[in-house]
Amino acid sequence: MEGIIGYGASIPRNRIKVEEIAKVWGADAPSYKKGLLVEEKSVPSPDQDTITMSVEASKCALKRAGINPKEIGAVYIGSESHPYAVKPSGTVLAEAIGATPEVHTADFEFACKAGTEGMFVAYGLVKAGLIKYGLGVGADTSQGAPGDALEYTAAAGAAAYIFGREKIVAAVLETYSYTTDTPDFWRREYQYYPQHGGRFTGDPAYFKHITGAARGIMSKAGMKPADFQYVIFHQPNGKFPLRVGEILGFAKKQIEPGWLVNKLGNTYSGSSPLGLTATLDISQPGDLILIVSYGSGAGSDGFILKVTDRINEVRDLAPKTRELLDKNRNYLEYGMYAKFRHKIRKAD
Amino acid sequence: MREVAVIGVGMNKWGEHWEKSLRHVFTEAAILALDDAGVEKIDSMIVGCMSSGLFVGQEHISSLLADYIGQVPVPAARVESACASGGLALRMGWIEVASGLSDVVLVGGVEKMTDVNGNEATYALGTAADQEYECYHGITFPGLYALMARAHMDKYGTTREQLAMVAVKNHANGSLNPLAQYPFKVSVEAVLSSVMVADPLRILDCSPITDGGAALILAPVELAKKLKKPIVRVTASGMATDTIALSSRREITWIESTHQAAKRAYAMAGKKPEDIHVVEVHDCFTIAEICVMEALGLVEKGKGGKAVEDGLTSLQGKIPINTSGGLKAKGHPVGATGVAQAIEIVKQLREEAGPRQVKGARVGMTQNMGGSGGSSIVHIFERS
Amino acid sequence: MPTPSRYWREIPQRYRLEAAKCKNCGFIAFPPRLVCPRCQSRAFETITLADAGKIVTYTIIRVPPHPFSDQAPYAVGIVELDDGVRLTGQVVDCAFEDLKIGRRVKIEFRKVYQEGEAGVIYYGYKFVPE
Repeated sequence: MEGIIGYGASIPRNRIKVEEIAKVWGADAPSYKKGLLVEEKSVPSPDQDTITMSVEASKCALKRAGINPKEIGAVYIGSESHPYAVKPSGTVLAEAIGATPEVHTADFEFACKAGTEGMFVAYGLVKAGLIKYGLGVGADTSQGAPGDALEYTAAAGAAAYIFGREKIVAAVLETYSYTTDTPDFWRREYQYYPQHGGRFTGDPAYFKHITGAARGIMSKAGMKPADFQYVIFHQPNGKFPLRVGEILGFAKKQIEPGWLVNKLGNTYSGSSPLGLTATLDISQPGDLILIVSYGSGAGSDGFILKVTDRINEVRDLAPKTRELLDKNRNYLEYGMYAKFRHKIRKAD
Repeated sequence: MREVAVIGVGMNKWGEHWEKSLRHVFTEAAILALDDAGVEKIDSMIVGCMSSGLFVGQEHISSLLADYIGQVPVPAARVESACASGGLALRMGWIEVASGLSDVVLVGGVEKMTDVNGNEATYALGTAADQEYECYHGITFPGLYALMARAHMDKYGTTREQLAMVAVKNHANGSLNPLAQYPFKVSVEAVLSSVMVADPLRILDCSPITDGGAALILAPVELAKKLKKPIVRVTASGMATDTIALSSRREITWIESTHQAAKRAYAMAGKKPEDIHVVEVHDCFTIAEICVMEALGLVEKGKGGKAVEDGLTSLQGKIPINTSGGLKAKGHPVGATGVAQAIEIVKQLREEAGPRQVKGARVGMTQNMGGSGGSSIVHIFERS
Repeated sequence: MPTPSRYWREIPQRYRLEAAKCKNCGFIAFPPRLVCPRCQSRAFETITLADAGKIVTYTIIRVPPHPFSDQAPYAVGIVELDDGVRLTGQVVDCAFEDLKIGRRVKIEFRKVYQEGEAGVIYYGYKFVPE
């Protein structure tokens, strides 16, 4: 049996409210809040990026796993906001946690799905017996173009998972991936902000792949929605995951613990992974959890997990996701937010 | 060891000298010192300069300046100990005369700081701190002294007003010094309302960026007796090092290197703190003067702020400190400061300090310091 | 700010807080060094520093050095870690009014500086309220 032996989250303290953004661009805040089901989002400080958040989340995962980091055989960060175009993020993380030099590292990229990809490959290497422990992280400091709909939700956060064969906290029962080539959201090289296909990002993109992956994995495992205690979907806004859950036949209470987006925003590669850390925080031994991510371009990764007794021993060893979300928040005005997010062009 | 005297001093007006290069600034001061001493040929030269390389892209200034003052092929050395480079030059020159190796030694200090912009100057000054474990994290020199100030205020109850009074006193003295960069008075209100640089230090707590040179001539006492001036001997030279990083010091509010250097100097001269009549200290920031007073044993540990407030160190006080105006009002061309401090003491002991004169001054002391206290050099001077 | 090789050399210290403990007298050298300043011994063992401590003193830099110009004002403090070692570093995620001598803080991995749009990104430790 292989599975998650440690997990951790990192969320910046800063927040900006939908009203604050709407005020600047002359948009109607209530209708955005209603349409997106988002109230506020997280904003990274200028000294936080995908790498720093990955390090903090991974340290929390290590606290829960209780292993020697030198035995980690693979370190993967999945993100669409890697700080360098060429120079891996994963090597900084590997050094920071003390996994170097005997470790495999690669950076993953697939819009919002990159996190679960890193997890998928780390898990796969453990299952294949090639490595003892594997670390997969989903982290992003995503950007939304000023005044664009995405600006209201593009947020920052990281979730880290260590996979192994002993002292399992949540066993991986099944995995599944559903992928097609679908240009719903993209960013060309040297462009600062992404572009998207508006309503095209709905049914043919998000909904098609999530339902494809969810039905596929449940069929493979011979399970149905009612079998699961909890389900986590990728959360680009508050509405989509609730709607796809309804379409698939899940109840709202199954989705709620992992539904962070209304207070967090869309943390892209961290989105469903953070939903999972929040869910694990409150799960009980024996719970079955389904997580289905989504990345534009497009694809979905699914995992079926079964929580073990060990959850009770590890959940308190590091900060819980809801604590990071609710405590010690620092609200920003748009000007400071624009400065933090490097949206202001300065002379060289 | 022979007894060493200062037989000549020379210093130009300090300030922003756009039309004068480093070579020019040094040579001006050197000429004044040579003339004051009535000397045409020197046996050796020591120059204190923190960073001619970073400020004007010039190293090898020992030879360059020996040439420019017309003394080639004289042996010459350039010494560096951050802001204590001038004091170190004096010490090295003193050692050379005291040992008998040389008779007439020119000790000079110079810094030309205005040929780079503010950021580059700040960077150059920052090289006196720990690059990898202090500057890497965004600390500045005002920041390091601000860390000391806050700790001192927390531990001993030193107040913001007391810090301001150091600047007020030094400006009052500087207003009487025609060579000072800022020869005008400032008030406590002006200091307390000036721009904040690093809490709690404000711009008027900080010494300025300055172009300037200073030089003096050392000789064995026998030679000094031939001149018609009062003989001022350098009766002690004490130096000590410490960690350059403030976080590595045993006590953040106490400058141990100054304490050690002073201990060595007092022992060498056979003197105690109460024997000193006038002192020039390294007030790169107002808090520095307070900490230095304590480390020199002039006041009890922790009582520096109160002493300034009580006027102990004013021109009329029991132990006048920085009659020249200090670094604050006189200016701080880094490498020249240590030499200029000695010049002020020599003038005091010769009774040539005019409106700044401390009556009956016969024993004087200088304290020059590098960085946040990584090096300290103390000299004691006496008039026979 | 450092060159790539100067930055890389200090990575074990900047990322993992690796220090050297004198085998003879127990002095902890951070960064590691060859000679113990306390007992002049040359034998050390590698240790990791504690990850939390208290503020010993602090300031708020309002006139920053050029590389940090966009960050000002920011707080810098000297923190005494629970193992007695003192470090200089920025204190972040803390309102200036909440800074005080004695406040408990812990270490977090943050970006310290980046060289414009094209240069290296320098990471290291900063302090956040515990």
